[in-house]
Amino acid sequence: MKSETLKSKEILESKPIKISGSEAVVRSLIAEGVDVLYGYPGGAIMPVYDALYKYQDQINHVLTRHEQGATHAAQGYARVSGKVGVAMATSGPGATNLITGIADAQIDSTPLVCITGQVFSHLLGSDAFQETDIVGISTPVTKWNHQVTKAADIPEVLAKAFYIAKSGRPGPVLIDITKDAQLEEFDFKYKKCEAVRSYKPVPEINKESLQQAADLINNAKKPLIVWGQGVILGEAEKEFNAVVEKSGVPAAWTILGASALDTSHPLNVGMVGMHGNYAPNKLTNECDVLIAIGMRFDDRVTGKLDSYAKQAKVIHFDIDPAEINKNVIADVAVLGNSKDTLSNLLPLLNNNSHSEWLNEFKALYDIEFDAVIKGDIYPEKEGLTMGEVLKEINIQSAGKAAIVSDVGQHQMIACRYADFSQTRGNITSGGLGTMGFALPAAIGAKMGDPTREVVAIIGDGGFQMNIQELGTIFQTKTAVKIVVLNNEFLGMVRQWQQLFFDKRYASTEMTNPDFVTIAKGYHIESKRVTKREDLSAAVEEMMKSDSTYFLEVCVEKEDNVFPMIPAGASVSDIRLK
Amino acid sequence: MSTKKSFTISVYTENNIGLLNRISSIFQRRHINIESLNTSKSEIEGVSRFTILVTMTEDQVRKIIGQIEKQIEVIKAYYNTEDETIYQESCLFKIKSDLLFEERQIQNIIKDSNARIVTVNKEFFVLEKSGRRSEVDLLYRELSVFGILQFVRSGRIAVTKNAMEVTKII
Repeated sequence: MKSETLKSKEILESKPIKISGSEAVVRSLIAEGVDVLYGYPGGAIMPVYDALYKYQDQINHVLTRHEQGATHAAQGYARVSGKVGVAMATSGPGATNLITGIADAQIDSTPLVCITGQVFSHLLGSDAFQETDIVGISTPVTKWNHQVTKAADIPEVLAKAFYIAKSGRPGPVLIDITKDAQLEEFDFKYKKCEAVRSYKPVPEINKESLQQAADLINNAKKPLIVWGQGVILGEAEKEFNAVVEKSGVPAAWTILGASALDTSHPLNVGMVGMHGNYAPNKLTNECDVLIAIGMRFDDRVTGKLDSYAKQAKVIHFDIDPAEINKNVIADVAVLGNSKDTLSNLLPLLNNNSHSEWLNEFKALYDIEFDAVIKGDIYPEKEGLTMGEVLKEINIQSAGKAAIVSDVGQHQMIACRYADFSQTRGNITSGGLGTMGFALPAAIGAKMGDPTREVVAIIGDGGFQMNIQELGTIFQTKTAVKIVVLNNEFLGMVRQWQQLFFDKRYASTEMTNPDFVTIAKGYHIESKRVTKREDLSAAVEEMMKSDSTYFLEVCVEKEDNVFPMIPAGASVSDIRLK
Repeated sequence: MSTKKSFTISVYTENNIGLLNRISSIFQRRHINIESLNTSKSEIEGVSRFTILVTMTEDQVRKIIGQIEKQIEVIKAYYNTEDETIYQESCLFKIKSDLLFEERQIQNIIKDSNARIVTVNKEFFVLEKSGRRSEVDLLYRELSVFGILQFVRSGRIAVTKNAMEVTKII
């Protein structure tokens, strides 16, 4: 069969044509500029797959090995490219397998459109084969969801889905399409959605609040910026850099904010939160003005709220009104898209520097360096550390790579030590903490920006949660670099057991398979490193490889991640050991 | 801020399948009990109105409103205290007809409570009463002495003393 090629513009300008609902789905995707989607076929979505076959030169469907992998791949794609990620699955188990990725996208504000097949509409509610109420199931974890039972509704609903997923604070949308709606023919015409009357994606900027914010910043003696992913989602990196530099305010980041400002920037004072840096955590409770930009005061950031920044005036910039005063009361709230708010803030700011205040950060950094960082990155003990692997990756990538991490100790180490000199560089599961995220997300990240080096850093636990996606990587020849930091433990849980459960290592030690042999089974070039003298060359070989590469590094079994704010403790009580 | 009281939440929404689930899940997720919930059309064509009665702190209700308004198909949500609203509930009593003739006091209760007899037949009669919760509760207590075959009460419906300027939004 000859594959059709159509441009988005042609579809948008075309007169109505009579096609099936399933072909309408594919044409709608093309009209929205979708060039890749991730999914898994099955009975209730087969008509759409049949239509995809017809357009296969135009739209690349990546067959993941599990639907969870499809959502994480779509997330990786969205996070690197800024575009909407698309995942597709059949009804029933196919649809329910999407849920973890959808929940992850919801809490990390990642734009996704997920399309699920559904049983024939006359069978709805009859407990038909592979019927689940996916709209009901996905409601709490989607920004919007909708069931389509008539083909004629497909273009409008999909247009709305893309608009809602991407606009304002982004998030996942799920569209469930019954099989009869996929088969039915109708006159297809596509028009992009530009507004939904009950939905205001971007609040208007209040000039007074902005001026109040500027006054507070200009008069502050010890101001501290804590920025989050809102800077990246608003594509406001340039404006943010300008605000930081003009105001001279030290700036710290949440895990999802990483890479919006270069790691090497003199005003970048590191990561806040449970395993963040010593200085920004400690000094959160000493600053006089706390400027939160596009972040949501997650409990992993704030620790005990009753003793979080109580001395400071708080300014909160956010696009989502529901975030204001949710966890931390703001003295001044500035609503709006970060690009707009920051560019409007800039002219109101005085040129300033806070060198003495900045020296306090440096002094605390030195303490952290001696107590923690030195041993992590330049270890003198025999066993390999996760930190030194990151150091080697930094040498090779010069901060340009997108680092895709999973969840656990290796994630904290990756976020703490990876150098970032290009935005959208830190792809990780922040809010949900989804183990199994990184391997599929790395596939999407590489496809989202094929010119960029993508390095997945994964623990031995998380690697085995979606290890089947090695098959996807092999089939699509996606040139991701996969680093498994193997300590033969579920390391973060083991660390907590050591610190808070009297070393009772309940179900955290893992007897692992030979990962290198598994990778070889997928014909992926692979290597295992167990000694320090081999590490540097192995990382270099991996990073210089043009194809997929798997590197297992056997690290010390019982290393801990520090600093650490114990759960429920104040940021001031951050521990160095 | 930290004392719990009764709030009436009014939500103007698009009329879509699934929105009830979406709104109720906001309460469920936070382990908050909904005391009553009513949905109906509103003064604006095609726009539905939810009236939800909850007991919580003002800080909590403010956050709940934020989460409700965040839903795509929600046009606007408000919360009000008892003093800021005019509210009513309705109830129906099904009672044996014999009692109406045998127990003189029932007739007095009906008269005094401003309840209305909706229907009477040989077996039973149905009494309707609209009013505040306390009035409905009083009537219930008085009638339960004689035996109630069936009782049902509606959720609260309420209008606010102040204007709700929803038409300006859409």
